[in-house]
Amino acid sequence: MPLEHRFHLGIGSRFENIELVQVVLRDALERLGLDEDARHWVDIAVREAVANAIKHGNRQDPDKRVAVELGVDEDGLIIQVEDEGEGFEPGEVSNPLAPENLLKPSGRGIFYMQSFMDEVRYGARPGGGTVVTLRKRLPVPGADREPAGSEEQGEKSE
Amino acid sequence: MNISTRQRDGVTILDLQGKMTLGSGETALRSGLQDALAGGATKIVINLKGVTTIDSTGVGELVGTYTTVTNRGAKLKLAVLPPKLQDILTITQLITVFDVYETEDEAVRSF
Repeated sequence: MPLEHRFHLGIGSRFENIELVQVVLRDALERLGLDEDARHWVDIAVREAVANAIKHGNRQDPDKRVAVELGVDEDGLIIQVEDEGEGFEPGEVSNPLAPENLLKPSGRGIFYMQSFMDEVRYGARPGGGTVVTLRKRLPVPGADREPAGSEEQGEKSE
Repeated sequence: MNISTRQRDGVTILDLQGKMTLGSGETALRSGLQDALAGGATKIVINLKGVTTIDSTGVGELVGTYTTVTNRGAKLKLAVLPPKLQDILTITQLITVFDVYETEDEAVRSF
């Protein structure tokens, strides 16, 4: 199944705009059938990606934009967050669970994303900047229910 | 985020309401705490019942609060964590750092 686009949003590099992304994102996630818990954790992960794009990518430069795109393919939800910054090397980020980092007030954003999404990838944006791709598998309708009549079928096969 | 301060049995209670996220007035906790410490507070409970969302910045503010209070020789307890906030503190392993209570009563009595 090809990528099906749900929304594309361009925002200025201001922290207040994170709330705008949240409103559009949560509406889209609700339409896709995600429950309240799943919507909450995806929202938190995307918040971190957008916050990083504004803060570390674009360094709050008002002339630089952050693009947020949400789509769906056969593997589930794909969210891409692009900035126009200098690029980013995820290997440089320290582990926030290490004892020496536990009481640091910052450095947990990427950990949040990795904790709440199924996949987090970083790439270079054409023309400069970073693209963060977040993936989340969507629930399969009815997957949590026992197939109707499964017991009877089992007895018949004996 | 909104913060209000009250006194109860010699303990300073900071009530937090709303989002503890970047761009949502996340520094309100820091200023509320500074005011409490400047007023001589040594026993502090943060009641988190009204917190709806917390991102990594909000968690950072809680960590900063803990270190500030501890460095001043005061004591800090967290009370009434909403389930998702409890999850976040568990995932980040900060649940092992903070002194957490299910109710405000228990937190106040623990000093």
